Amino acid sequence: MRQTRWHSARSGATTWAMLEPSTEAPPIAPPSAVPPAPHPSVSELFIAFFTMALHGFGGVLPWARRAIVEDKRWMTAQEFNEAFAVSQFLPGANIVNLAVVFGGRLHGAAGAVAALAGLLIPPCAIVLTLGVLYARYGDAEALQRVLAGVAASATGLIAATVIKMSLPLLRRLSPAPFVAAAAFVAVGVMRFPLPLVLIVMAPISIALVWWTRR
Amino acid sequence: MKLVDTLIVLAVQFALLSLFAIGGAMAVIPEMHRQAVDVAHWMTDRQFADLFAIAQASPGPNIIIVTLIGYQAAGFLGALVATLAMCGPTCVITFYVSRIFDRFKDAEWRIVTQAGLVPVSVGLFAAGVFVIARAADHNLVAVAITLATAAVAYFTRISPLWMFAAAGVLGYVGLV
Repeated sequence: MRQTRWHSARSGATTWAMLEPSTEAPPIAPPSAVPPAPHPSVSELFIAFFTMALHGFGGVLPWARRAIVEDKRWMTAQEFNEAFAVSQFLPGANIVNLAVVFGGRLHGAAGAVAALAGLLIPPCAIVLTLGVLYARYGDAEALQRVLAGVAASATGLIAATVIKMSLPLLRRLSPAPFVAAAAFVAVGVMRFPLPLVLIVMAPISIALVWWTRR
Repeated sequence: MKLVDTLIVLAVQFALLSLFAIGGAMAVIPEMHRQAVDVAHWMTDRQFADLFAIAQASPGPNIIIVTLIGYQAAGFLGALVATLAMCGPTCVITFYVSRIFDRFKDAEWRIVTQAGLVPVSVGLFAAGVFVIARAADHNLVAVAITLATAAVAYFTRISPLWMFAAAGVLGYVGLV
C-alpha cells in the first residue's frame, strides 16, 4: 500500500479506505483467516451501530472497522474496505453510507434503517442536548471563552485528518496534488459554489486518471 | 409562516447539498457556512465555529453538525428536517446504487472514476477545514492551539477529548 493512490487504482478499494483518519484508532489486529460469523439479526445491527456511534469521538470509522471486522467478524477486512470504498465514492457522509451498505446487504431496507437509526439517533440526541444548552447559555461570557478554545482545537483535529489524507497523493509524481489544490482554492479560498466546482473538476480529474493509466 | 419558510429552505438546501458531498461531510462545510452565515443569517461566523466545535466534541458522525445548524435555524423541527434532508436522499441513493456497483467492482470505468474523485474530495475536505479555521482562529493563541492539536492528532493516538479539554481550559482562563 506504499504506492501512490493514482497508480494503484487496481486496488482502489483498499487505498480509499486507507485515506480515512486513524485518529484515536483502536489497535488493528492482523487480518484474521477465520471466516466471518453468521449474519447478525436486525436488532444486533442496531446495537452494534449504536455502540460504535457512542465510541466515535472525532470519527466513527475506526470503531466501525474494529467492531465489524475484528470483534464480530461480520466482514473480512477486504469486504469492509470494498464496502467503505463504495460509501466514500457515493455522495453523503461516509459512515452513514457505510451503515446503509452494510445493513442493506444483510437485511435489505430493514437492516439499512436499523444500522442508520443506531448510528444517528444517539449522537443526534446528545448533540441536540448540547445545542439546547448552547442556545440558552451561548451568550455567557465564560462559555464563549471555553468554546473559543475548543473550536480552535477542533479545527486542529480535522487539519490533522487533511494532512493524513493529502500525504498519499504526494508519494509519486501525478496530477493528483494539483487537482486537490485546485479544488481547495476554488471552494475554500475563492468560495465558488460547490456544485459548479464538482461539475467542472470531477470530469477533469477522472479524465486525468484515465489518461495517466494508459 | 416564517418557521415554515425556514424549514423549506433547510430541506431543499441541505438535500441538494448532500448530493454534492463527495468524500463526506467536510466537503459541504463551505456551502453550509455560506447558507447559514452569509445568506440566511441564521448565525454569526463565530456561532458557526462554536457549533462545529460542539459537533466535534460529541460522539458520532461529523455530519451531525447539520443537526445543530438546523436547530439554530428553526428549533427542534429544524434539527429534524436538516438531518433528514442531509441523510435521506443520499441514503436512498446509496442503498440502490451500491448494489449495482457491486457488479462492477473490477470494471475499468468504476476504478478510474473512484481514483479520479479521491484528489477532488481531499481538496474539498481541505477547503472545509480552511473555512472552519477562518471562523475559529481569530488570534495567534487560537492558531497555536489549532497547530498543537493537529500535531498531537497526527503523531499520537491520544483521544481528541483531552486536547479539547486543555483548549477549553486555556479559553476559560482568557488566553484565546
